[in-house]
Amino acid sequence: MKEQLKNKSESPYEVQLGETFEGPMDLLLHLVKKNEVDIYDIPVAMIMEQYMEYLKLMRIMNIDVAGNFLVMAATLAQIKSRMLLPVDEEQEEDEEDPRMELVRPLEEYLQIKYAAEDLAVRNRLDWDVFTRNVSEDTEACEKQDQEFVNISLFELIDAFQKIVKRVSSKHFMDITVDTISVNARISEVADLLEQHDSVSFQELLEGQDTKGQLIVTFLAILEMAKSQIIRIMQHVESGIIRIFNG
Amino acid sequence: MDKLKAIIESLLFASDAPLTIDKIKSILETEDRKTINNLLVSLTNEYDSQKRGFFLSEVAGGYQLRTRPEHRHWTRKIRLMKPARLSRPALETLAIIAYKQPVLRSDIEHLRGVDSGGTLHTLLARGIIRVLGRKDLPGRPVVYGTSKRFLELFDLRDLNSLPTLKDLQDLGQEWPNDSK
Repeated sequence: MKEQLKNKSESPYEVQLGETFEGPMDLLLHLVKKNEVDIYDIPVAMIMEQYMEYLKLMRIMNIDVAGNFLVMAATLAQIKSRMLLPVDEEQEEDEEDPRMELVRPLEEYLQIKYAAEDLAVRNRLDWDVFTRNVSEDTEACEKQDQEFVNISLFELIDAFQKIVKRVSSKHFMDITVDTISVNARISEVADLLEQHDSVSFQELLEGQDTKGQLIVTFLAILEMAKSQIIRIMQHVESGIIRIFNG
Repeated sequence: MDKLKAIIESLLFASDAPLTIDKIKSILETEDRKTINNLLVSLTNEYDSQKRGFFLSEVAGGYQLRTRPEHRHWTRKIRLMKPARLSRPALETLAIIAYKQPVLRSDIEHLRGVDSGGTLHTLLARGIIRVLGRKDLPGRPVVYGTSKRFLELFDLRDLNSLPTLKDLQDLGQEWPNDSK
């Protein structure tokens, strides 16, 4: 895959993750959740391996992996190695589980997530309850489909991986021809969204012939989400991911 | 007494912000806080027992007539504007500020593990949070807190009416929903 991406580096394009998407804590939580493990008993080696997989994938896709992702990777590695050390029996009692270093921030972060969720379900002014005067905290009206929920970056990466796997490798013979830039793809997607209210993530990706094109499309989607041109939502029941006009 | 109640009702109807008891006192030129309070409670009960389309919400230190949340399906349609969305990072940042204020940007970023400058800027611009002052640390960094607008937006009487983090965790589902 790396060779294929080399031609992309001729027109270097980077997606900066920044704050629009999630950070290392979200990735860690995503993995803990995905593997259904207890945060007080995290299988560090396994989680770390998967964590590194994600980082690798993000790198391949030229997503700028912020330094804090690496700090977390280093922390995981350190904890993993400390767990491999034989425990001195005399000290065993005051020796803390090295994983506590991970548990505390995770716990705190989880609390914040609960608190954020609590705020989200409160009766919001101008959404659930209204006063006689229109408050200023509004934006132009648009259709909001209640049956869709936002999707996290990592869920999106998972979906992307599945599609990449499904598309047969035979299609990836000719890699130098007709590479389209991310910006050009962005305007294509924008055009598409002008004609239709929304398109499915799968439709957008499966029409692509080469892996390069697939990645360009994926990067275009990320970039558009970041600049809030689009919203990426997942249908509650079917799990289908759709792209909406922002 | 009924006349006084009707006057207060008029004030609530005409007010464009949550009306405080102090404000009612000064308008009515009275010192009788207790009577005003009783009348407000009486109005609240009337709206509830008669199942009116609005209720008297105790919010941001005052009282405000608000449409019933269970009518949201219809009330949304009468408005041409919809509320500016609050993204998940924005809600997380807001939650940290609400619970840990006064709080430094570096504390927020430490908890979330990501740069939060842009989110803070948006919340500030929308008046949901405010700068509370500066901390006596190198560089004199600013500390943030929530604004009155935050209470109004989230239907909160005051900051103490937020559930505690511990309660939230205890009654929380196994995983917080990633949506919204």
